[in-house]
Amino acid sequence: MTNFSNLKISSAIKGLKNKDFTSLELTEFFIKKIEENKNLNCFITNTFDKAILMAKSSDKKIQRDENIRELEGVPIGMKDLFCTDGVRTTAGSKMLENFIPFYESTVSNNLWNAGAVMLGKTNMDEFAMGSANTTSYFGNVLNPLNPNLGTNDLVPGGSSGGSAAAVASGLCLASTGSDTGGSIRQPASFCGLVGLKPTYGRCSRFGMVAFASSLDQAGPITHTVEDAALMLQCMSGFDTKDSTSSKKRTPNYLDFKKFNVRGKKIGIPKEYLIDGLNSDIKKVWDEGIGWFSSSGAKIVDISLPHTKSALPTYYIIAPAEASANLARYDGVRYGYRQSGKDLRDLYQKTRRTGFGKEVKRRLMIGTYVLSAGYYDAYYLKALKVRKLISKDFEDAFNGCDLIFTPTTPNVAFPIGEKQTDPIEMYLNDVLTVPASLAGLPAISIPSGYNKENLPVGLQIIGKPFDEISVLGAANLIENARGF
Amino acid sequence: MSIDNSTVRKVASLARIEIESEEEDQLINELNNILGWVDELQKVNTQNVEPMLSVFNESMPMREDSSESNYTNELILKNSPEKKSGFFVVPKVIE
Repeated sequence: MTNFSNLKISSAIKGLKNKDFTSLELTEFFIKKIEENKNLNCFITNTFDKAILMAKSSDKKIQRDENIRELEGVPIGMKDLFCTDGVRTTAGSKMLENFIPFYESTVSNNLWNAGAVMLGKTNMDEFAMGSANTTSYFGNVLNPLNPNLGTNDLVPGGSSGGSAAAVASGLCLASTGSDTGGSIRQPASFCGLVGLKPTYGRCSRFGMVAFASSLDQAGPITHTVEDAALMLQCMSGFDTKDSTSSKKRTPNYLDFKKFNVRGKKIGIPKEYLIDGLNSDIKKVWDEGIGWFSSSGAKIVDISLPHTKSALPTYYIIAPAEASANLARYDGVRYGYRQSGKDLRDLYQKTRRTGFGKEVKRRLMIGTYVLSAGYYDAYYLKALKVRKLISKDFEDAFNGCDLIFTPTTPNVAFPIGEKQTDPIEMYLNDVLTVPASLAGLPAISIPSGYNKENLPVGLQIIGKPFDEISVLGAANLIENARGF
Repeated sequence: MSIDNSTVRKVASLARIEIESEEEDQLINELNNILGWVDELQKVNTQNVEPMLSVFNESMPMREDSSESNYTNELILKNSPEKKSGFFVVPKVIE
C-alpha cells in the first residue's frame, strides 16, 4: 500500500484527478493508520463506514469526470465540536457523551459539499477549555512528534489537540479546529503544522458547540499553507444562520501566491518579548525576521501597549460568555442527566457530574464576574480593556502591514505539567489571545526546532479580512526555513 | 475583592453547580488566585473608553418573522434523557 502519511491536500487533489490513486484507497489507508495509532487517542468517534461511502461517491464523480468539487475525495478529521448530523458530537464532555445532533454545522456541511470525506471526530479539551488536551473526558492525546513517545509523553496542545495530532501523525490529510484564544494556533505550533484562525466572522458559527461566542472562530489545521488556503476556501462564507458571519465576499485564498513581501512593513511588537520566552523560540523568531528582511520586507518596531492586559481580559470575557452559553446543559432537553429530588437539585447534580473540573472552574469565574456587585469591576472593565487592545492593533496597522511574533512562549511540554495552578496553563495563550480579542486573522507557521527537535511555530497577524497577506507571509517562511 | 465560603456557595448556586463542603476550600483558593491575577486590570486607565462587546461591525438586518424550522417533535425529543407523550419530563414542579 502506498504511504499517504505526508501527502498534502494539493497533491492528493492532483493524484485523484490523474487517477494515480482513488479516494477509497486513500480512505482505507487512513482508516488503517487510525487503528494502528489508537494509543495517540486522536479520535473520540470514528466514522469509517460513512468515510467509505463518501469516498466511493467521490470516486464515482472522478471516474465520470463530472461535477468534481474542490476537495473531492479528500479524507479529513472533524473537531468534535462541529455538530454532525446523525454522528455523535461530544465536545470532549461527559455532558454530551451520547448526544447525536439532527443537524449539521455550516462549516462541516460546507466541507462535505466540497467533497471532503469524514474519517471521524477528533479529540479536544472539554468544551474547548484547555491548552493541552488534558481536560477531555475521553482522555489525553499524545503529541506524535515527541522523540520519546511512550516514555515521557508530551501534550499536543489544545484545545484542538486531537485535530493537530491526527494530521501530524498522518492519520488524515487535514482537520478542522476552532480557536477562541489560541486553540488552533497553539496545537499547530506544538505539532509542527500550519494552523489558521481567520478573521472573526469569516466562518459561520452555526452548529459549533459554543464556548465564547464573541471569540469562537473555526479554521483549518494542515501540513502546508496552500492546504490551509484550500480548506478555508470551503469552510468560510456568509451564512444566514449566524448573525455575526460576514457578508464580505470570500476571496480566492490561493491568491496568497501572488503576495509579494517586497516593500511590505512587518511589525515586531516589543511587548511580545515576554519574560519566560523560551530562548530557542526567540532564536527562531530572530531567524524569521531575517528571512523577511532578506526578501525585501521592511522590519519596523511597533508597540502594542496593552498586550500584558490581554490574558486577564480574556479570562474574564471568555468565562463570562461561557457561563451564559453553557447554561443550556440542564439535563432536560439533551445531554447527561442525573436525577434529583426536585428540578433545581436535578440541574445542580447534572452539572456537578456532567462537567469536568476546568469547565466548572470557568463557569464559576464567569458567573462571579457577571453577578450583581461585580459586573462593573470585572466584566465591564474587561470589555473596556478589550477596546484598548483592539485599538492598539488598529494604531499599529497604520504603520505596518503584518505583525510577526512567536505563537507560544514554550514548546510542547510533558503531560501532567502545569496542572496544579490553572494560571500556569492559561499562560500558554499569552501570545495568541490578543489577536483573538481583536478578531484578527492569525496563522501559526512551523519555522524551526528547539534543541530537543521539537517544533517551533511563529505567528503572523494580519489586518481584518486580510487572510491573503497572512497566508502569503507564512508561505515565505515555508520556503525560507529549509525543511 | 476576594471570595469567601458564603460567596462561593452563592456563585455555585447561581451557576447551578452542586459543590460539596470538602471541595469548597480548594475552589475558593483557585478562584481567589485567578481573581487576584485578573485584578491587574484595575490598574488600566479606561476613562472615556467604550466597552467592546464584539469585534463584528457589520449591520444585522432583521429577517421576516416567520417560522423556518423543519424539525419534528420527534427529532427535538430524540436526545432527551427522559420524555413522555411528546414532552420533556422533569421532576414535579407544582405541588
